[in-house]
Amino acid sequence: MDVPFWSREIETAERSRIEGLQLQRLRQTIGWALQTALYRKRLSQAGINSPDDIKSLNDLRRIPFTTKDDLRVSFPKGHLAVGMTDVLRVHSSSGTTGIPTVIYYSRDDVDNWTDLLARSIVATGATSADVFQNMMTYGFFTGGLGLHYGAERVGMAVIPIGGGNTKRQIQTMKDFQTTVLHVTPSYLLHIHSKLGEEGVRREDLALRKAFIGAEPHSENTRRKLQDLLQIEAYNSYGLSELNGPGVAFECVFRNDMHVWEDAFIAEIIDPKTGEILQDGQEGELVLTNIVRRATPILRYRTRDLAFLHPQGCDCGRTHRRLSRILGRTDDMLIINGVNVFPSQIEEKIMKIPEVATNYLIHVDKKGALDRLTVKVEIYPKLFLGEVSKLEALKRKIIEELRASITISPAVELHEPGSLPVSEGKAKRVVDDRPKD
Amino acid sequence: MKITQISVFLENRKGRLYDVCSLLGGNGVNIRALTIAETESFGVLRIVVDKSDAAIKLLRDNQFVANFTDVVAIEVPDKPGGLASILKLLSEHDVNIEYMYGFVEKFSDKALLVMRFEDTDFAQQVLAKQQIRVVTEKDIEGL
Repeated sequence: MDVPFWSREIETAERSRIEGLQLQRLRQTIGWALQTALYRKRLSQAGINSPDDIKSLNDLRRIPFTTKDDLRVSFPKGHLAVGMTDVLRVHSSSGTTGIPTVIYYSRDDVDNWTDLLARSIVATGATSADVFQNMMTYGFFTGGLGLHYGAERVGMAVIPIGGGNTKRQIQTMKDFQTTVLHVTPSYLLHIHSKLGEEGVRREDLALRKAFIGAEPHSENTRRKLQDLLQIEAYNSYGLSELNGPGVAFECVFRNDMHVWEDAFIAEIIDPKTGEILQDGQEGELVLTNIVRRATPILRYRTRDLAFLHPQGCDCGRTHRRLSRILGRTDDMLIINGVNVFPSQIEEKIMKIPEVATNYLIHVDKKGALDRLTVKVEIYPKLFLGEVSKLEALKRKIIEELRASITISPAVELHEPGSLPVSEGKAKRVVDDRPKD
Repeated sequence: MKITQISVFLENRKGRLYDVCSLLGGNGVNIRALTIAETESFGVLRIVVDKSDAAIKLLRDNQFVANFTDVVAIEVPDKPGGLASILKLLSEHDVNIEYMYGFVEKFSDKALLVMRFEDTDFAQQVLAKQQIRVVTEKDIEGL
């Protein structure tokens, strides 16, 4: 098989060279991190007061973990290592409460990130001759702009259509003879189910590849997409705390994702003890970004469960491969590619006086897409008998939630006492999506 | 003369309307007029009953979300154009109706209608001036 490369030298470098680079870049990152309020104190408590205190990659384990909660506490700028003059871009993602996680990028950071994405795209066999339709949401979410810049760097014809509007997506795929998509697996299944309605046949389209990410999916789902649409589907992994997409990507062999180890240090730990596990063992992925000037993040607990392959890959790349995401160590929900924490929903609805204390978050599938329903009990004393007031309450809840979690859930009003009670360990989240 | 309407919040659940009716019926409360305002995911039952104080206590004691609303019940000639003639009067006097529904029974040859007005007091003044008969709580208890 023809194996294309963007930066062959670094992608196939000896492990010793990659590790040498990692040590050098980790030390540089420690220097940057020491300039932030977030890390100055915690590094010093760990006895790390200068890059010289890191002698080998083994010293990585002396560095305390960073969690999403740490980034919430340091919001908005406690983890920013440069002045705003040197910031070129800001992205943010869901926090566990109303406070989002924010990441800053310097000019070099955007440049490095873009390069990692160009590398990822080329690894799949896509080229400058491809027409790339980016179906991920633009804006604060890193999925849209990240791949956009990467695809431009490769020289693809980029269609920045963004998320949603299925009719327009299908028409655009046909009009511009799109060859490569960036999309969530569930949305691609949804698009496939709507082709007939739009009077479009597979042979009217020029599709050949899709980059799928932003939500967990099984190998079965990937095969289904590949068979239904006669395309090659490539898994993509990333999270905004570590740039966004382009942390790990599949090569032409489609056998799990190469972590770009010249830019990230990946560890798998036991989520309970924090102990570092061997390659091949499943645990929580911990990532350190070693090329980001503006927001250095050390040993970030991704809460994603996965393993790293111990052996190399037929493509010749020496960067280890990360398995697909096998689960989460927290209760984060992924709704059509959007990360949602139940605590974000609880925080919002508990601030609305007409709503009583019991609520239930229900997730299921409507066709190929995820559907989020928030069920709340109304507070009896505030019921005056008017339907319009209840409808207004429903709209208010939807608006409040959309402002926090960025998607509009369905909201159901219930009678008091009809949802599970708040004492003890009431089950607040029911996920009825089929596990395939 | 205002009468009491009871509104009951009904979530979209099988048998919920039956629960209300059987509770009231089992305790000797008679429903005189009824309508349901429905939306996609819930409904509001509006009823006029013979014993409204007892009924609302009963409902609340049984964990129903219920409240009172003041409405006016009037007699309308039971013939073509009967309702139109009343609505014309109300409209000429700038009285706005939020919703209305009919009684099952009647006292005479005239039909009985429940009306919820934007401004109940003002509507009552207009009705009194026009000598339109307004039904009292006593009338309803005696129906």
